[in-house]
Amino acid sequence: MLTEFGKILVFLILGAVFVAGGLIAAWLLRPHRPYPGKVSTYECGEEPVGNAWVRFNVRFYVVALVFLIFEVEVVFLFPWALIYRQLGLFAFVEMAVFLLILIVGYAYVWVKGDLDWDKPMPEIPVLRRQSPQGTIVKTGATS
Amino acid sequence: MTPQEIYDNLKAKFGESILEAKLDALQPWIRVDEHRTKEICVFLHDEPNFRFDYLMCLSGMDYNNGALGAVYHLSSMSHKHKIVLRANCPKENPRIQSVSSVWGTADWHEREAFDMFGIVFDGHPDMRRILCPDDYPGYPLRKDFKVPEFYNGMKVPY
Amino acid sequence: MGILNYKFENSNVLITSLDSLLNWARLSSLWQMQFGLACCAIEMMAASASNFDIMRFGVIPRATPRQADVMIVAGTVTLKMASRIKRLYDQMAEPRYVLSMGSCSNCGGPYWEHGYHVLKGVDRVIPVDVYVPGCPPRPEALLEGIMKLQEKVRSESLAKKAPAK
Repeated sequence: MLTEFGKILVFLILGAVFVAGGLIAAWLLRPHRPYPGKVSTYECGEEPVGNAWVRFNVRFYVVALVFLIFEVEVVFLFPWALIYRQLGLFAFVEMAVFLLILIVGYAYVWVKGDLDWDKPMPEIPVLRRQSPQGTIVKTGATS
Repeated sequence: MTPQEIYDNLKAKFGESILEAKLDALQPWIRVDEHRTKEICVFLHDEPNFRFDYLMCLSGMDYNNGALGAVYHLSSMSHKHKIVLRANCPKENPRIQSVSSVWGTADWHEREAFDMFGIVFDGHPDMRRILCPDDYPGYPLRKDFKVPEFYNGMKVPY
Repeated sequence: MGILNYKFENSNVLITSLDSLLNWARLSSLWQMQFGLACCAIEMMAASASNFDIMRFGVIPRATPRQADVMIVAGTVTLKMASRIKRLYDQMAEPRYVLSMGSCSNCGGPYWEHGYHVLKGVDRVIPVDVYVPGCPPRPEALLEGIMKLQEKVRSESLAKKAPAK
């Protein structure tokens, strides 16, 4: 008696009610006694200094952008997969062309190095004053 | 090298900076002038016969007769000999020359001696308290230290 | 907003049922803010590990005060650390409890006489609900302390007046 979309609507409403019900019940029952010490910024017990907004590297933005583009491509793949049987070879060739265009873009991003993350370069510490080689008597240890 | 040889070599090089020695003690010690500790330690570290490349411990002392001091336990990895150096300073003006440029561990050991006894090490790159809080009143391990009654609103004694 | 919290003068069956439900939920998931400072921390870790396993009582370690219900102060509290403990206790969300584990946080422990930098008992800076004696207390003793705290939570009620904090 309900259309398919109607069933999804009921599901959405029930989900919203479930979440809202939990939040409202908690809001009614929890204690609420804020004072300046309680709402101060957490900094592992120290007095908070400085701003919480810090600058971070642009590589995060690049990765997110690339992800978004290919996510949209996958979104297009889903309805195509549903009607694939009815369309046959035409659908295959068309999707192959679409994917090929995007793969060219992917190869460009890869070769340009936008997908690389920085490798750590460990610094070997230099001792201030060392005993010269051969003056430290070796023990029987092998390493 | 025996402690007697170490003492003789040091006396020959530094003369009047080597003040006292007790070489038949359980840990033979040599007392040096507190304003020339760095030169003496550089010599002890670099000289091939000595090669004292390991500062085992640097401790502060309160001798209860108006003098504070530092005690350096040195040893050599290659020659396997040990010696103890002492450097005393008066309580009114406790300053000893720092050896933190010779051995890296002396950095924090000298900060601890400053924190507990108030001995200021000249030439130390970062002379501040290491264990007690920065605004703690007094130097705890001195013999005439009294525990403060209140610290930042908290009662300290039992 | 806590409109139902501590607002009722007399109990009735609805309040007591709600009480039982809330208290059961709170005592079965006492998320601890582990505050291991010294040797007692090892025993606290042993209690969380597989042999004694306080996780089966719902006691999960959360290292942040915002998500924690109980702060287990395990170890010697120095004067330097005491101001941080106070600040972190302030940042915990209510309902919050404190369990003092071991001699040092109960009363200063072996450092009561000569300790110049030891706070003689964490109850000089924060209010403590349960004290667990021992130096260090065995994991079973910590477990008993947690169960005592659970009994205390079980006896709370929406019908009481708000505590003067």
